[in-house]
Amino acid sequence: MKVKPKIMKGEELPGLLVNEIGGMHGILHDHVEFLKKHFCLITMKEFLENKKNMSKKVQAVYLWWHKPVIDKDLLQSLPNLKVIANSGVGMDHLDLKLVASFGVKMANAPCAVSSSTADTGMALLLASARRLVEGYHVAVSPGMEYCEADFLGVEVTGATLGIIGMGSIGYKIALRAKAFEMKILYHNRTRRKEQEEQAVGALYCEKIDDLLCQADFVMVVVSLTPQTHKLIGKREMELMKPTATLINISRGAVVDQEALVIALRSGVIRAAALDVTYPEPLPRDHPLLKLKNVIITPHLGIKTDKATRMITEEAVENILAALAGLPMPSEVHPS
Amino acid sequence: MRTAQVMAEQDLPGLLIMGIGGTHGVQESLAALLKKHFSVITMKELLENKKEVGKKIQCIFVSEFRPTIDQELLESLPNLKVIGNSGVGVDHLNLKMISNFGVRVTNTPHAVADSTADMGMALMLASARRLVEGSQIAVSPDTNYFAADWLGVEVTRATLGIIGMGRIGYKVAQRARAFEMKILYHNRNRRSQEEEQAVGACYSEMEDLLQQSDFVMLVVNLTPQTEKLIGKKELGLMKPTATLINISRGAVIDQDALVEALQNKTIKAAALDVTYPEPLPRNHPLLKLNNVIITPHIGTATVQATHMMAEEAIANMLSVLNCQPIPSEVFPQ
Repeated sequence: MKVKPKIMKGEELPGLLVNEIGGMHGILHDHVEFLKKHFCLITMKEFLENKKNMSKKVQAVYLWWHKPVIDKDLLQSLPNLKVIANSGVGMDHLDLKLVASFGVKMANAPCAVSSSTADTGMALLLASARRLVEGYHVAVSPGMEYCEADFLGVEVTGATLGIIGMGSIGYKIALRAKAFEMKILYHNRTRRKEQEEQAVGALYCEKIDDLLCQADFVMVVVSLTPQTHKLIGKREMELMKPTATLINISRGAVVDQEALVIALRSGVIRAAALDVTYPEPLPRDHPLLKLKNVIITPHLGIKTDKATRMITEEAVENILAALAGLPMPSEVHPS
Repeated sequence: MRTAQVMAEQDLPGLLIMGIGGTHGVQESLAALLKKHFSVITMKELLENKKEVGKKIQCIFVSEFRPTIDQELLESLPNLKVIGNSGVGVDHLNLKMISNFGVRVTNTPHAVADSTADMGMALMLASARRLVEGSQIAVSPDTNYFAADWLGVEVTRATLGIIGMGRIGYKVAQRARAFEMKILYHNRNRRSQEEEQAVGACYSEMEDLLQQSDFVMLVVNLTPQTEKLIGKKELGLMKPTATLINISRGAVIDQDALVEALQNKTIKAAALDVTYPEPLPRNHPLLKLNNVIITPHIGTATVQATHMMAEEAIANMLSVLNCQPIPSEVFPQ
C-alpha cells in the first residue's frame, strides 16, 4: 500500500536528516530528486550549523551506510523525531533500545536487499571455486603468459552447500544453488516449513557441526548479534573439510578473523571469500590481504543501481507510514 | 607375476600423450587413469625412436590442444586409429586431413557441460558486480574507505541473451532462471516447446536478442559460419549498458571491433574466458581496459571436470578400438 504524504497547502514537507549528499557516505545523487518529492532534505552539516532552527524540523532520519551515527546527543537534539529508516537490513550499528526509549520507530529495508545480496554470495562462491581472480591475474600479467595445465579449481555443480542462516537472503541463495544441482544443507535458529525445504531440496542440520563436516562450501548469512559474534572460529573451521571454502556475506565479526588467517595458511580449509570484514576496510598490513586463497570484496552486498534505488523507495514508504501513524512495512523492534 | 604384468602392459593399446606433469603435461592422476587401459607413450619417447615406437600407437589423447596433430605426426603413426580429444571444441584439429589418414576423431561433450556453464555464470556475476575491480580496491595499499556510490549492475531479473543453445547453453539457461532472469536465445535450430518452457527461454532473432539483452553470452562452436559472429554491427546493436560474455572460442568475436566498442562505451563491459590467440600478446589493448575481465581458458579447469573428460575420452577411444558404437565422434563438415 503506497502512502501519500498528507501535505496541507502552504505547509512544509517533513524534515529528513541525512548524513550528506554524495561523497564518501552520502545519499546517492540519483536519489535526491525522489527524496525531495516527499521531504525537506537536511544534511548533518546544515543541521549542525543551525541547530536551533533545524532541530524541530527533523521528523525522520535516513541512514545511508550507517551514517549519521545515532547517539544520545543526537536523539536529545531532535524533539520531533518520529522514525529512523535504515538503508539495508543489518541493524547492528544501531542501539535499538536507546532509540526506542526516545519513542522513535525504526525500519530496515529487507525486500530490496535479499536478491542482490544472494547474487553477491553466488558471485563469491563461483569466483572462489573457479579461482577467477587468480586466473584474471594470470591472463593479464606482463610476466605470466601460459596458464599451467595444473591450474585447477573445484567443481560447483553437484557440490554440497551449507547455508548458515536461512532467512530471506539465505533462502534466495538456496534457490540459486539448486539450479547448479548443489546438495543443500542449512542451519538456522528455527527450522523452515517442510514445503519451503522441499522447494529448494534443503536438509535441516539441527547441529551446526553436521553441516560443517559435510559441506564443500559454507556460506554464512546471519545477522550480527551477541549470539553470532565469532560464530565461526577455530573449532568450526577445523570441523570443515580441508577442501572446503568459507564465504561470508553477513558481517565481518561473525568470523574469528585471526583463526581464519591461521586456518587458511595451514590448509585447514581450502579458501575463503569475504564480502565483509572487521573493520571495513581492513588495515593495509592485515595478513588477510596477502593470502592467495582469499578473495575480499569491498562490501558489494547491495551495491547495484536497482537495489540501491529500491532501498531508498522502501525507506521512504516506511517513513511516510510512520509519520502518518500507519503500520510500517518493515518496522524493527529491539529484541 | 612380474613377467605377466609386463606382458599385460605391452598388450594394452599404445596411447600417445604430450607428457606427464609440468606446465603442459597431463596431470599425474589422469596419467594413472590412462595407464589402466593403455600403454602410455609420451611425445619425448616417440621422438627418441620414431620408427619402433610409432608403430605401437593406436590412439592419441589430446589435452589442452596438445600434442599438435600435423601431417608429419600422422605419417609417423601407421597404426593410428583414433584421436580422443579432451574437451568439446575441435577447431584446433584439421578434421579433413585426419580423416584422409583414415583416423577417427572423438570429443567429450558431456564432461564439459556443467563446468563450462558454471564458468559462464561466474563471469557474468563477476562482471556485473565488478568483482575483480572490487577485489583490487579491497587489497590496494591506497584504499582507506569503500565509496558508497561505487555500484555494479543487477543480475536478478535482468535479461540474458544466450547465443548457442546446445548442451552448455541450455545449462546456462537452467542456472540463470534461478536468478529470475528473462532468457532469450538464438540457435541454428529451435528447441522444443517443453525445453523452452522448462527454462522460460524465448527464441529470438539475433538482432532482437542483441537489442534487448542486458547480458549476451556466446556459447557456440567455432565453425566457418560462427567466425566473427559478433562484429561491429552486432556490438552496435547491443545496449550501451550491456555486457558481452564469451565462453566459446576467441575467434567468434571480432576482437578489434570489441576493443573499439569497449573504448567508445558502445557496450558497457566484456568478460572473456577465451581469446584469439591464447594467451593474448602482452601489449594487447584488451589487457589494459578496466571494463574487461579475462580468464585463461579455465572453463573446464576443475579437478572433477578434467577427470570426467579423461574418462569420456577413454570410453570413446576404446569404443573405436573395440569396433563398438562410438559415443561422440566428430566428422569433417
